[in-house]
This record gives sequence, C-alpha cells and structure tokens, in this order.
Amino acid sequence: MEYKKLTHLKELESESIYILREVVAKFERPSLLFSGGKDSIVMAHLAYKAFYPGVIPFPFVHIDTGHNFDETLTYRDELIGRMGATLIVGSVEESIRQGRAYEEKGYSASRNKLQTVTLLDTLEKHRFDAALGGARRDEEKARSKERVFSHRDEFGQWNPKNQRPELWNIFNGKKKEGEHFRIFPISNWTEMDVWQYILLENIVLPSLYYTHEREVFERDGTIYAALPAIPRKPTEKVTLRRVRCRTIGDITCTGLTLSTANSLDEIITEIAGSRVTERGGRADDRRSEAAMEDRKKEGYF
Amino acid sequence: MSHQNNTTSLKTSQNSAVPKDDSQAVIGFLDMELLRVSTAGSVDDGKSTLIGRLLYDSKSIFEDQMIAVQEASDRLGNDEINLALLTDGLRAEREQGITIDVAYRYFATPKRKFIIADTPGHIEYTRNMVTGASTADVAIILIDARLGIVEQTKRHSYIASLLQIPDVILAVNKMDLVDFSEEVYNTIQAEFEVISKKLNFKKVHFIPISAKNGDNVVEPSQNMSWYTGQPLLDLLEKIPVHNTDNELAPRFPVQFVIDSSSESHPDSKSFAGRVSGGVFSVGDSLLALPSNKLSVIKAIHDGPTEISVASTPQSVTLVLNGFTDIKRGDMLVRLNKNYPKYSSSISLQVCWLNEKPLRVGEKYIIQHTTDETHAIITDIRYKVNINTLENIHDVASVLMNDIAHITIKTLKPLKYDNYSENRITGSLILIDENTFNTVGAGMIVTDEEVYSYNI
Repeated sequence: MEYKKLTHLKELESESIYILREVVAKFERPSLLFSGGKDSIVMAHLAYKAFYPGVIPFPFVHIDTGHNFDETLTYRDELIGRMGATLIVGSVEESIRQGRAYEEKGYSASRNKLQTVTLLDTLEKHRFDAALGGARRDEEKARSKERVFSHRDEFGQWNPKNQRPELWNIFNGKKKEGEHFRIFPISNWTEMDVWQYILLENIVLPSLYYTHEREVFERDGTIYAALPAIPRKPTEKVTLRRVRCRTIGDITCTGLTLSTANSLDEIITEIAGSRVTERGGRADDRRSEAAMEDRKKEGYF
Repeated sequence: MSHQNNTTSLKTSQNSAVPKDDSQAVIGFLDMELLRVSTAGSVDDGKSTLIGRLLYDSKSIFEDQMIAVQEASDRLGNDEINLALLTDGLRAEREQGITIDVAYRYFATPKRKFIIADTPGHIEYTRNMVTGASTADVAIILIDARLGIVEQTKRHSYIASLLQIPDVILAVNKMDLVDFSEEVYNTIQAEFEVISKKLNFKKVHFIPISAKNGDNVVEPSQNMSWYTGQPLLDLLEKIPVHNTDNELAPRFPVQFVIDSSSESHPDSKSFAGRVSGGVFSVGDSLLALPSNKLSVIKAIHDGPTEISVASTPQSVTLVLNGFTDIKRGDMLVRLNKNYPKYSSSISLQVCWLNEKPLRVGEKYIIQHTTDETHAIITDIRYKVNINTLENIHDVASVLMNDIAHITIKTLKPLKYDNYSENRITGSLILIDENTFNTVGAGMIVTDEEVYSYNI
C-alpha cells in the first residue's frame, strides 16, 4: 500500500504537537506565553489539537505593557473563551507602580524591555516551571542558536555558551529548584510556514493583520500608528494610509507595512515578494547588533 | 563606501538563479516536503559561502539582514562582505570569527522546505556535529579540491555513517582553483571509495562545485562539461525523503494519556504519541509493552479530525478497545509484526558530550523515546580514533568528543530497536544525575541477552 508522505506543514505540525505533549508530561506547572500575535495564535491552535478531546492543560499568560492595540485585547478574550482556557495577565504598569520597573523616557521610550521584569515576576508568582513561547529560529540570529527546551537559571537568565545538546527528538527538561525552562515548539517554522499554516487550517486572525486605513507617522523609515502610546516629535506629521501589521507587538515597537492585502492569499503573495524580514520593522531589535541576545540573557521572551 | 552600495553590488554580482514564482507560495505549498540537511566544516572549506549562496539564490536572505552583515563585516575590518556572519549568531562567535554552536538555517524552493543544521567542523566540536546530524536526512561533506581527503573529511564521514544519515553528498569544492580538472575530481572520488568501504553508508553522491562562483550549486557548471550529474540544489530537491519510514516495524511510544472522562462518558481515555516507525490503521490489533496485553485501534484522531491511517512521523491520538491500562513510557506495536527487543543489558555507541569523562561504574539517567530510567556503565569496549577510523582498546575513560562502544545495565528493561533499523527507538541520551546536563548520545548497536516477546 502506498501512503502519501507528509507535507512540510504537517511534519512541522507533528513535531510541534509532539513537543507540546512532552512539556505537559515532563513539567508540573507549564504555561503558554500569549501575546496576541500570529505566532502565539498558532501556538494556541496547536495546543488545542495536541490535547483534543481533552482541555488545554495549561493557562495562557499575557504580559501586558498597557500599550496594546484595542483589537489585540478583544481578540485575546474571544480566543480564550472559545478554547476554554484560563488567562493570567502580568501587568507592566503594575510593575512600574510598584517600583519594580522604570519607565524609559524620551520619544523612543518603549516598555518592551520592561516586560522582562513583569514576565519573571509573573512566572515566579505562579511558580511556573515551563513557559511555552512562539519564538522561531528564523526570526533573529541569537534565536537561531537557541534550543527548543531552553534552560533558565534561578535568575531567569539564558546562558548561550552553556546550552544542553539537543539530540534527535529527545528533550531534557530536568532542572533544579527555582530554575525553569522556556520552550519553543515552533522553532523550526519560518514566517512563511506560519502564514501557510494559518491558511491551511483556516485560523481566524486579528483584523490588524489585514489592510486597514489608519492614522500613522514615519520615524527612521518605519511607519508607526499615531496613538497616544508613542509621543510624536513636532516634526512628525500624521497621515492617513492603508497599512497592515506584519507582526504585532506592543504599539511602541510595531512597525506597520503599507499594504492593500486583504486576504491570506494576498498576504502570502506579499511576503513571498518581500525583501525585508518581519523583524526589520521591530524597533526593539535595532538597538544594537546583539540586542536580542542581550535581552534574552536577562530573561526576555 | 556606503552600505547601501555594497548591498546593491552584491545583488547584481550574484544573479538570482531561482526566480521565486510568487503565486507558487500560495498554491504550491500543499505538495512541499521537508528535508533536513546537516553541514559540517570550517569557514576555510567554503561552507559558509555555500550556505550563503543557497540562501541568497533562493531569496532567503533579506535586505535588512544583508545590511546588518555588511555593517558587521566593516566593523571587523573584512574587505569583502563576510557571509559567515549570517550564520554566526552569538556575539562571541562573531568576535572570535568561529562557529561554536549548531545554527539552524531555513530556506525553501517551490519544491521543498530545507532546514540546514550548520555545525563547526573542528575536532573539539564533534559533539556539536553529532547534535546537528542526529535529525538529518542528508549530510553535505565539503572537500577542498586542492587538499583532497583530509582528516576532517574522515571525521565528518564517520559521523554521518555513525548517525546513519540516509544520503551523504560529497561536495568537492573550490574546483575553480584546480582548473576544473576532472582528473583531480576522479582521484578524490577514488580515494573516498576506500574510506567508504570501511563505513556504513546507505547512499553517497559526488558533486564537483565552486561555491564561490556558483558552479554546480544551483546551475549546471559551464566549466565542467565532463560532469553529467545534477547540480547540488537539484539533488537536494530530488533526494527521496523518509522513503522507508513507513516500511519499518510499527512503533508507537505512548507519550501522554488524554483523559476526557465525564459523567456521560466515564473512563474516556485516549493515547497521544508520535508514530515512530511504520503505519497504524483503524482495526489493527496491538500489543502493549511491557505489559504484553492486547488491544485494538478503535479510532485515530489528528486533532479533532478522525483519520483511518497514521504514518511516521505523525502525532496522533489512538482510541483503543481492550486493554487500556497504558501509561507514558509504554510502547504500542502491531501484533505479529517484528517486535522490539526487550533487555536491560544494552550495547551502544556513544558520543560523549561533557567535560566530565564517562567511566565504568558511573551511573546516569537514561531517556529513551518517552521512557526514562537509570543505568550504570558496565564496560568500555573500545574508543574510535575518528581521524584514522581505528579502534583503540583498553581505555579507562571516554572524554568529551570521544566516540566509544560501551555496554550499560539499565534499572528497568528498555523496549528498543537497533539504531541502524530505527533512529528513534534506537537512540537514547545519558543525563548527569547531579548537574542534569545531557552528557552522552547513545546509538544502540547489537542485541545481547535479549528477551523476545512471545505471546
């Protein structure tokens, strides 16, 4: 009998579901870091499939900078309800109020880096020993070297020079008291794989990913939403443009793309022809060449 | 010179030989397969140039990445744009100009998606090579045409053979520096056949290339008309993937028990796992190991979708009739098919990954499929000199990057196959009981004192 071979998307899906199940089998208190972006939406979808007909056996954790697009929060609450999952919110504003984190000043101020404090506090408060994330190795050069099961010491820090070898599909999740793991089940997916999978599985996305008319302004070649979360310089003029998000983070670090793409087919065609990576529009990565490596060492996502 | 200019000049000097048909991205992806490739070598071999060319020619390097690499090249004082910086991700690697760890690179053509595990080639990084090769379908071994077969070639060949990578490609690089000589190429090929006889390859391919100029990488070389084979990318697109997985003896290591019991449906359990050999169909009679009890597949779920057949390496959930007192670490196999071996005395080849040496009498945690136990090292039979491929007997310890043949005794018996038969059920890792580091990679080699399942 001739069996049809798995397509690359089914093979990636199988690998990711396998990893999700390993996490639930190996850890006492896993959680899923959910940002409302497409990668974490795909993660939620994979978790639903991995444990069907059971319920998703871990809560979703949203680290909320307080600078969200309204659509992100609406979408988040709707998805959580549909999947019957529990939501835990870690608030960066709360961390600032408590004096745990300090707001950056100036026009390029962002709460992106501050999230690390809130994230580590939230993981500790709920005693999570594994935090699942939707990061991919094709996103960024430090991530291309990170393990699927990525060990964090008792300070939540990543040591890139001393990572455990990861062989075959055998994952070592052993840890000491106070340590935890960050786990990246879609490590081997590319941006294109994610979009093709969303199309294949007919996954509903926040409207921000599709073209819409919005008040925007330009800074250093990047287009940002003209919203109160980003203070504008007097010279930065607001215009009305047709844009969409290629990634969604918090408002202050989400660059918008001029686009008329109104369907998944159009988005995939647009990305196939694109000459800039999706993180090319992320202000947080451009601070220095090793910006991501440094943030990750401190405990960032 | 501005960065923008450099980027532009590089774009025009490397013509994009694989024009990506944009519409293909939408309609073609349902037929695409995944191929995992490993490469090992140093910058000198032209490995980074080769990977850079594959990425660039398949439009997988973006402008912002190119600009970042150009800026880093300038800062390090490189005259030309240094493609190695694309793959060297960590700060220390860029500063020292070396690859320390395995980096994963991704590119796609309309036919396939490729994952390249890019590993350092020096002897002190053997463990990284083994890690990168452990999941590979294809290994590319680069040879410098001027130098021919060197120690590093033997080492990489040995590792590819040890890890049982189904296809090995010998890419004889820098052919431009030996005047594209067929004679040089033939000599290298003949020399390699000698090594090949000592090793255990499934399939070996040879290609003469010049990664720098692009000869036989994406396009057939105009300079080597004597070579009648296909260019590297063609070969990578056509090599059969996972062709024999479904012919293997059926294996289903139980990963997780999903309990969806409710008042109306008490005792609703299903068994989640990844098919790790062969196929399973609804109606198949199964044997649950190690309990030796019978059950029958009532339904197979792929998420909420019901399917009739699950093949390797699908993650599915099985609903069973009959014996269901099954837990993680158990293995489901098809009744009356080849059963796995069942023993606590196991012989294996091990690649040692840690600074603390392996010694006879030491104890370790073992992870094998979804199973876990403890083991004691009972014997070190020999170590392999992977530069000369000779065995060294009477050794007291196995050091980091060594490859050795050892025997272990496990606390509870494992259900396993030989690694040469099944890379999933034949592999295991050793974990230090104190540090919890992964310290050894084991490939099960022979059977001894093996108990066969009888029903």
